[in-house]
Amino acid sequence: MGFKKLSLNLVIKFTNILFVPFMLFALIGVSQVYAQSGNPPTADQINAIAKQLYCPVCENTPLDVCPTQACAQWRDVIRDKLVAGWNEEQIKEYFVNQYGDRVLAEPPKRGLNWLVYVLPPIFFLGGLVLVYKNIKNARKLESTITSAPIVEDDPFLKEFEDVLRKMEENGKNG
Amino acid sequence: MENETTPKKGLSRTTIIVAFAILLGFLALLGWGLRNAQAGPVQVGQKVPTFDLTTFDGEVVSTSDLQGKVIVVNFWASWCKPCEQEAADLERAWQIYKETDDVYFFGVAYVDIEPKSRAYIEKFNITYPNGPDLRTTISTMFRVRGVPETYIIDRQGKLAAFKIGPYSSLGEIQAMIDPIILQ
Amino acid sequence: MITNIGYGSLIITFVLSLYGIVAAIYGERKNLYRFVESARVAMLLTFPMLTLVALSIITLLVTQHYEVQYVYNTTSQSMPIYLKITALWGGQSGSLVFWAWLMSAFASAVSIRKWSRDRDLLPWVIVVSLVTLAFFLSMIIFFENPFQRFWASPGSREIVAMFQPAGTQLLIPNDGRGLNPLLRHPGMVIHPPMLYLGFVSFVIPFAFGIAALITGRKDDRWIRLTRRWTLVAWMFLSIGLILGSRWAYDVLGWGGYWAWDPVENAALMPWLTGTAFLHSVMIQEKRGLFKRWNMILVILTYSLVIFGTFLTRSGVLSSVHAFAQSAIGPMFFIFIGITFIISLALLIKRWGDLKSEGVMHSLLSRESLFLLNNLLFIGILVVVFWGTVFPLISELLTGQKVTVAAPFYQRSTAPLFAGLLLLMGIAPLSAWGHSTWKTLGKAMWKPGLLSLIVLLGMIISGVHSIGALLGFWLASFAFFITIHEFWRGTKARHKRSGENYLTAFFRLAARNRRRYGGYLIHLSVVLMAIGIIGIEGYQTETQAKLKAGESIQLSGYTVTFKSLAEFDTNDGRNVARAVLDVSKNGKNLGQLYPRRDYFYDSQQPMTIPGVRSTIEDDLYIVLVNWEQISSGSATFKVFHNPLINWLWIGGILLIFGSFVAAWPDQERSLQLERKLASQNSSVVPVSSSD
Repeated sequence: MGFKKLSLNLVIKFTNILFVPFMLFALIGVSQVYAQSGNPPTADQINAIAKQLYCPVCENTPLDVCPTQACAQWRDVIRDKLVAGWNEEQIKEYFVNQYGDRVLAEPPKRGLNWLVYVLPPIFFLGGLVLVYKNIKNARKLESTITSAPIVEDDPFLKEFEDVLRKMEENGKNG
Repeated sequence: MENETTPKKGLSRTTIIVAFAILLGFLALLGWGLRNAQAGPVQVGQKVPTFDLTTFDGEVVSTSDLQGKVIVVNFWASWCKPCEQEAADLERAWQIYKETDDVYFFGVAYVDIEPKSRAYIEKFNITYPNGPDLRTTISTMFRVRGVPETYIIDRQGKLAAFKIGPYSSLGEIQAMIDPIILQ
Repeated sequence: MITNIGYGSLIITFVLSLYGIVAAIYGERKNLYRFVESARVAMLLTFPMLTLVALSIITLLVTQHYEVQYVYNTTSQSMPIYLKITALWGGQSGSLVFWAWLMSAFASAVSIRKWSRDRDLLPWVIVVSLVTLAFFLSMIIFFENPFQRFWASPGSREIVAMFQPAGTQLLIPNDGRGLNPLLRHPGMVIHPPMLYLGFVSFVIPFAFGIAALITGRKDDRWIRLTRRWTLVAWMFLSIGLILGSRWAYDVLGWGGYWAWDPVENAALMPWLTGTAFLHSVMIQEKRGLFKRWNMILVILTYSLVIFGTFLTRSGVLSSVHAFAQSAIGPMFFIFIGITFIISLALLIKRWGDLKSEGVMHSLLSRESLFLLNNLLFIGILVVVFWGTVFPLISELLTGQKVTVAAPFYQRSTAPLFAGLLLLMGIAPLSAWGHSTWKTLGKAMWKPGLLSLIVLLGMIISGVHSIGALLGFWLASFAFFITIHEFWRGTKARHKRSGENYLTAFFRLAARNRRRYGGYLIHLSVVLMAIGIIGIEGYQTETQAKLKAGESIQLSGYTVTFKSLAEFDTNDGRNVARAVLDVSKNGKNLGQLYPRRDYFYDSQQPMTIPGVRSTIEDDLYIVLVNWEQISSGSATFKVFHNPLINWLWIGGILLIFGSFVAAWPDQERSLQLERKLASQNSSVVPVSSSD
């Protein structure tokens, strides 16, 4: 059990490392509670939440820009809930309970859904290992072979390189 | 550079088996998905699993309590114009059948919001149990594509008939239900 | 009459392609070259035959034969003539015909080339091409026949059939249903053909690759033969993707250009592997490495093409782009299965033969940097593939529908794209075989310094986001290095030939098209990256309900609602059009007219934003909602999209760059150049290698 948990944590850490700069973007939109101010929520406050939700009747379009009637109603629900003093998390949870996990932009991190987050980094890691092995082999060989740069097979490029080298040398001397 | 005498270094048996297993697994997945996509709604004659409906009044009605009865499941939404065409006829049909104790009507609000659903029920004076499709489980079970759609389950718990789109008249509803009662 | 000509030609082409397959295999087995030759002619003939089919459909579309189901479904009288012609690819069956037609064009083009050196490959190239063609034709003939007509039986029942059923009469509707309004956009008119061209032309490298596997040829002849095909395929695919993004930006009205929708992903995936392939073939050409990997990439690219088509057209995944449910799903599934299994089996069989001829020497050599580039592209592919397929897996295994939307893709691919930008800077400077930090540093320090100055400038001017700073720095790094490469080449040519710098620059690019075309593409990617970082990192938006005379502010812009008019047009639309005054810092910038068109015939609304576009930013206004004339208010959503125009500018440069890279060399002028070079060579002091 313990080991399993540890390995899971490691995976989370790994995804974090990979995505750090881009997580920062996401953190800017931290939730706020609007109702206390007494003012009705603005369209922008509604959209801030709607942006993170996806309605089943228009696939893959976030709720804030979905033009259908059903989506307009959903936005009204968000407004009503904001007026009632709910915060962002509560509203999202409400939508999940009503309409299922598919309203979220990403699958909730549990059960089988972990695969979404874990598999691509594992693949990438595997690829990295393969590349590393390839290059390590190369290095081993390098110590035995003295290798010169491969000659460009394009005569013009070769010529350019020669000219440039010459120019640089002249520049240094003069 | 190619040396004819070097023995070919092929892949190990395990790698080959794994490669094929992944490919076949992927194909199986696609095939399965395709079959589901092609299947469309639940087929007539197929056993319909039981489900619970939490009504807007807070009661829980379950199809498992209604074995041996004919169950009419209607999917609708307040934002759906065609649904309004059939709403009054469905209620009239319910008034006719409710006396017999043979037929039960369930209304399921698909991807709808509660206040609007309630207003809709009030507007058309709908009296049979109606409730939201929580987590869209019921509509997923029936593989609903849109609203309105109506499914009729026979006394054996199998799907007897379904209608995609609105009923045009009370007569049409009765013509669909009556033969199923007699079965 | 026309329907019969079209259908007849379809059948003949199908038979031709079947004959070609059989003849090629027989000729190859029995060593009878005339059979292969005959198969080649059959392949050549498919093009004129399918041209006839396509022309028949176009004739039917233009002459408004609404008794033909396809014409009825995709056109209406009010549509302009160019849309009637392009309705050829507006529906499922027509687009399959169009696809087959393009495919036959490529197959024919391949068959006319000189085969003298590659006779052993020819039969298998024919077989692979024609099997694909025959498959598409069989789908058209048996499941999606575009020539089916409406027939009325005495009981006034409507029947759709190719030939007149007994006791029926032809049913001729007065008007058709018209094309989906979302598709009536100039971008949409050329977007599908470009994508199809891209998809279809990847068949050719695949056919050569498979032919090389079957014949067991170990050299890289197949790669040299298909290099330009791959580049052309890649170019069309790129154009298709760019046009598609532009279309989404102009027509869908959600302020973005890429939604990571399954269908978009389906087109992006072969592009990713195709791009990886374009780079890694160079390693095989120069160094004889990665033969297996290239074979895998070419097979993967083609597989992703048909897999993407399958996703789009079978209804397995729901998407806004998806074609209507159709019967071709199972057929397509079988085709995919057979293709994948045979490819894998062949690859395994020849695995031992495809051994690398050399070894990698250094971490910083160009080949190992290219290897990293491939890793990053494949990394992006895995993310996109997995995100696209996962909802299907989840639904099947748990019954729970889930969404994998833009945030997932953006977060997971952004670091990988950043890595690609970095490599784009370093790799062109590293040498094949061997590089050291010293040589690299020497080549890199000037452009690197410039990019650091840019970075410093941005920090001073108030850019704080780490992601954006990193992105812009990488972009400028790659930019300066590419420019520096152009400069070095031009300078060298100028010294050698005495041409002035401008002439030297153009001649340089013209004589080394592949290299400098590639650099142009790199530059275009930098520009596109700037646009993407701009919109992804700095897009702001606001929404408000305005009465006439009221205004909203966003990023220095003031938008004032003047009026709104609702009217019907004579081509069957109801248009609601708002007039807004736009000003920035008190300066009047003119008016914008966001509108919403409602198409009566298809009962579909279309939101067309009002956009004010500059090099710096776009102001993008969407009409969200409006109330009846009485209250006179309307809701607008305003987006401020910084730098987005660079995405389109980069797109245009990318197309230009690929043209440069893919343009056929003129043999004669090349020879002339060589001669000239050898005459002039005495001018250049010959330097000994250091």
